[in-house]
Amino acid sequence: MATMTFIQAITDALNTQLKNDDKTLIFGEDVGKNGGVFRATDGLQAEYGKDRVFDTPLAESGILGLSMGLALQGFRPIPEIQFIGFIFEAMDSIAGQMARTRYRMNGKVGLPITIRSPFGGGTHTPEMHADSLEGMIASVPGLRVVTPSNPYDAKGLLISAIKNNDPVFFLENLKLYRSLKADVPEGEYTVPLDKANVVREGSDVTVIAYSAEVNESLKVAEKLAKEGISVEVVDLRSLAPIDSATLVQSVSKTHRAVVVQEAQRMAGVAAKVVSEISEKAILSLDAPIGRVSAPDTVYPFGLAEDDWLPAAADIEAKVRETLEFN
Amino acid sequence: MQNTDASENRSSFVDFAAIKDEMMSNQTPLQVLDGHGKIVNQAVFDQYSDTELVDMLKLMVWERTLHQRSNALTRQGRLGFYAPTEGQEASEMGAQLAFKATDFLLPAYRDIPQLIQHGLPTWKAFLWSRGHVLGNDYEEEHLAAMPPQIIIGAQYIQAAGVALGIKKNKTEDMVAYTFTGDGGTSQGDFYEGINFAGAYQVPAVFIIQNNGYAISTPRHVQTAAVTLAQKGMAAGIPFVQVDGMDILAVREAAKAAREYAAAGNGPVLIETLTFRFGPHTNAGDDPKRYRTPEEEQPWFDNDPLIRLRKVLTEKGVWSEEIENAYIDDVKAEIKAAVAQADAAPKQKISDFLKNVFEEPTPDIVEQIAIFEAKEAK
Repeated sequence: MATMTFIQAITDALNTQLKNDDKTLIFGEDVGKNGGVFRATDGLQAEYGKDRVFDTPLAESGILGLSMGLALQGFRPIPEIQFIGFIFEAMDSIAGQMARTRYRMNGKVGLPITIRSPFGGGTHTPEMHADSLEGMIASVPGLRVVTPSNPYDAKGLLISAIKNNDPVFFLENLKLYRSLKADVPEGEYTVPLDKANVVREGSDVTVIAYSAEVNESLKVAEKLAKEGISVEVVDLRSLAPIDSATLVQSVSKTHRAVVVQEAQRMAGVAAKVVSEISEKAILSLDAPIGRVSAPDTVYPFGLAEDDWLPAAADIEAKVRETLEFN
Repeated sequence: MQNTDASENRSSFVDFAAIKDEMMSNQTPLQVLDGHGKIVNQAVFDQYSDTELVDMLKLMVWERTLHQRSNALTRQGRLGFYAPTEGQEASEMGAQLAFKATDFLLPAYRDIPQLIQHGLPTWKAFLWSRGHVLGNDYEEEHLAAMPPQIIIGAQYIQAAGVALGIKKNKTEDMVAYTFTGDGGTSQGDFYEGINFAGAYQVPAVFIIQNNGYAISTPRHVQTAAVTLAQKGMAAGIPFVQVDGMDILAVREAAKAAREYAAAGNGPVLIETLTFRFGPHTNAGDDPKRYRTPEEEQPWFDNDPLIRLRKVLTEKGVWSEEIENAYIDDVKAEIKAAVAQADAAPKQKISDFLKNVFEEPTPDIVEQIAIFEAKEAK
């Protein structure tokens, strides 16, 4: 067991799988000698050589088309998209090509590709670097979308994603990269895909969040606990598919739900959660489902991010409103 | 002040006009047989036995017959999507002949004949056209290919990836090969594909079938480049333009490209100059709206079948009788393939759901149950 930051846990997962499976390949822009712009692949080229860890020309569609061809030749590619805002360039490769391949070929051809990309705001990046595009990505049939909220899950989920025989889009929150530390086991372990995680048990209200907002929600839960309010916090972890069984179980216990996302209100994942709960557990609810999200603007300019992003205070207000509903 | 003499505009530091002049100087496309059936490269021609020449003509007759039957079947509503191939036989079969069954083919929607020659049973090609998933089930045939691509550049970047995989696997004597049209060379993926392949020096052969039109958009609207082949220059990969109505020239160029790539020298780009005699697809496109008879006639006269047929008839190894008997055989095979396609089971949505992931996710498990119940009724 070692104490690791979120990004160290990512590097450790990559290192573990490069060591365990010689068909794994890491490539993308600046991932080689430079170790990635966030150092996620630091030292891996030195350890495994340029044949396994290599830089690509700067072309996102090319990187993901290359992944597809390599997977067809028996490799297990782990391409990196440097910043999430560059993904538009590659949406045909992702949604039009790789995600549909198994379906298209009668279930006979699986593409074990794990696309890694940082996402999420609050770090004052330039335009097109931090957008919350997970809703768009999670709408693609044939693609799993996973996002961890802590170092332990980051390593375990990434190893699960790499070992999976279908494409997985693995989203890493930029703000979490160096702001969190936790104990992370050595070697290979997995955290299951497709499963949400109850990160804090409670009985009065369920707060459902993912990525950095899980930590904001935990702050709220701790604060309200001092007033005798018991908040259950569920970390979605898998944005596609949504683990509705865990959500239904939690909501059936607490009878109240608040869904939190960093993305714009229109951007999908929270809306999907609300619809799953509405369809499967509405009769167990004592109040309308609360939703906390960013406003429906284009992703904001850096200096406005702090006002734009939903924070603990917004979650707290929505939780109180939900609890006060009669 | 107005300059009337262009040369007065020429800077002594950099002469862009001269650079452009040099850039625009066209090369003559490679030929073995010219448009009149005259042998212009005797040395290459003589390398082929009569049997080989006859087999090449047979392949083109096969493709023409497949086209005619597919056209008729489409009109009868017995095929779905169909992109006519008439006129492109030398380009398609000449290229296909240069590759081995173990090479990896990434075709576009007009490359069905190559896919069939590569090993896809004709009845499965018909199922693909109709929109039946069994047309894309290559497992039984162990087919080294992807299903026909609809996005006109996507197969180029995938071909670069397959070729990189071949290189990394150190598989000997294997290449990835792929086709697009003149319109496809305008797509970002075209550039990304040839650029990646060049950067990694992988065994890929990229073929552009320049048939003059992307649906109705003429070649000159696609680009100011004097040839499409020269786009390889920017990617640092060798390129050549070939007479796409001359099966011998296309075959020789593709064979040389395959040998060059398979030997570890990196990728090659080939442009074949060809013409589709008919519409873009059979879904309502009418070439009369964008092509004139004066423009079309020289291409019809340049029919790749006429050219080789003339030479082989003069040699006394081909005749109308031989051709008709062969066409009858092909028609019988196609009829059997249609019957086999007709016998394919109805597709089930529950099977589709099972094929989205290796193991269905919990939300998909729910939906499988819903559709299985519906399908049981």
